[in-house]
Amino acid sequence: MMTDTATVIKTPLYKRPRCLTDEVTHYCSGCGHGIMHRMLAELIDELDIREKTIGIAPVGCAVLAYNYIDIDWSEAAHGRPPAVATGIKRVQPDKIVFTYQGDGDLASIGMAETIHAANRGENITIIFINNGIYAMTQGQMAPTTLAGQVTTTTPRGRSVEEEGPPIKVCELLQGFERVRLLARTAVNSPENVRKTRKLLKKALMYQIEGTGFSLIEVLSACPTYWRKTPQDCSDFIENVMSATFPLRVFKDTGKGLP
Amino acid sequence: MPERVAKTGNDAAAYALKQINPDVVAAYPITPQTELMHKFAEYVADGDVDTEFVQVESEHSAMSAVVGASLAGARCCTATSSAGLALMWEILYVASGSRCPIVMPLVNRALSSPINIHCDHSDSMGARDSGWLQLYAENSQEAYDNVLQAVRIAEHPDVMLPTMATLDGFILSHTIEALEVNEDDVAKEFIGEYKRDYSLIDVENPSTFGPLALQNYYFEYKKQQIDAMDAARDVVLEVGREYGELTGRDYGFLDSYKCEDADVIMVGLGSTMGTAKEAADRVRSENGIAAGVLKVRCFRPFPASEIADALSGASAIGVMDRSVSFGLGGPLYHEVRSAMYGSQTPTADFIYGLGGRDIPLGDLKDIFVQLDEIRKEGKAEPDVRYVGLRE
Repeated sequence: MMTDTATVIKTPLYKRPRCLTDEVTHYCSGCGHGIMHRMLAELIDELDIREKTIGIAPVGCAVLAYNYIDIDWSEAAHGRPPAVATGIKRVQPDKIVFTYQGDGDLASIGMAETIHAANRGENITIIFINNGIYAMTQGQMAPTTLAGQVTTTTPRGRSVEEEGPPIKVCELLQGFERVRLLARTAVNSPENVRKTRKLLKKALMYQIEGTGFSLIEVLSACPTYWRKTPQDCSDFIENVMSATFPLRVFKDTGKGLP
Repeated sequence: MPERVAKTGNDAAAYALKQINPDVVAAYPITPQTELMHKFAEYVADGDVDTEFVQVESEHSAMSAVVGASLAGARCCTATSSAGLALMWEILYVASGSRCPIVMPLVNRALSSPINIHCDHSDSMGARDSGWLQLYAENSQEAYDNVLQAVRIAEHPDVMLPTMATLDGFILSHTIEALEVNEDDVAKEFIGEYKRDYSLIDVENPSTFGPLALQNYYFEYKKQQIDAMDAARDVVLEVGREYGELTGRDYGFLDSYKCEDADVIMVGLGSTMGTAKEAADRVRSENGIAAGVLKVRCFRPFPASEIADALSGASAIGVMDRSVSFGLGGPLYHEVRSAMYGSQTPTADFIYGLGGRDIPLGDLKDIFVQLDEIRKEGKAEPDVRYVGLRE
């Protein structure tokens, strides 16, 4: 005869997603990639799409994402994931194809691919992790580095006169008519993590529906190259980064989905 | 007085860039070149250089920006590695065809796929036909010296071609070594002032660069590049001699180590040649093998007759290739074989170190032992051998 307690233990609220591997990630403490990988793995389980999901790994810190999420993957050259995803999706339109890219990959060297995939309205999901820095190559200025922000290639801070202001990808893409869902969110607080999860789930469901291009931009911390504690990073996203990159849904043409 | 300092290869190359004080540097981050540009960015931020430093969105744009700056009359540099060089590919040819004497430290790294950040020479070997001069470094001292000399060679009026000075990724770029650096004013005087004969915008001599040239003129343009690369041979030697008088470190096409009396000679590029010299000494004392090392410092222009001369006394030759031309074999091997045309000396190709696979002293000693067997047998079978490969 099982007790109520035993029943609770047999159905834990928190468990490791099936498609998250046992690998210990290489990410630094306080990095947002861990949260995003888990969230993505949970959603792939929840939507029961593990056997039909293909991820495109970027060049950047997430280059090893294929070690952590147990689905089929392809690596892409720096900045080219939307083009590679386009090719895969056109051949296997019934599969769920997403790219997982950082700001250097997506908004700098790969900006052309991003814009043109959006303009064509490819039925893919782009998960865009914006930490405002090239982290894998040790903290250089990225296209999304804030004005005045110190990086290894802007030791006196980013100068808008010299380097231009940070590029706002969602604002840039919102006028593209074939974009289905475009949102900026963050993973610096439980509330924002929950919001991000809802938006990412919606983006994947739109793709399952077969109706179009989604990009979810996620403000994420880099304690190592921001040279801040994880808590200070969360506050920085809340109070500073969000001022330049406001958190909101820029476009959602969908109907009927949660 | 020259100063003896401890620097990584990246720092050494960045220090040379600081002394060059280029008018324009445009760059994009890529491992393992990144620290080179961090260091240079600090020189810019601290006002140690007057350089216009542009952080562009890709290597394609980096090379395009320095081509533009060069055509506008500026002395320009950039730096990259691997995929970065591959992305510059289109513009490498534009730079050489437009006769832009751009100087570029290239921190050698393997090419994808699979993705790999460690050293091999696939990147620079892929660019060997792009019209750029190529100088390879054994250590950080040579990386520093080559970058300075590259400016003089590239900008020489008889040459006016872009030049890459390579250094092995991580092995040199991230390893601290002692080296001697010139005083700033000595380096500055050696480099001298730069002036193009033609540039944008000179209203007295209006010019257009890279215009359409079809069947009518394209071939003549290319012949001029061929001639300039040939003219670079004398310039490489002349600049190397002058640099030697200044610093005590002579540079030529080749660095010959105990080749004069050698029965077996190993030919190669880059940092491995330092270990090879030690291996030659060891097998001379331990195995009684008369071993020598011929390091190719200047790969473009290719010093074919000098290599043939240096190898003429050998009874067996081993060529070390840290890259592969798929469907052919090691590129250095085939060029050395071509330089040795007519020679009956048995020659084997040793393909090694792809993707940063280590090549320890023991492997190099073993190669000398294999070469000694080849010498005794009078033939190299098989003629292609893979070093440190799991099969």
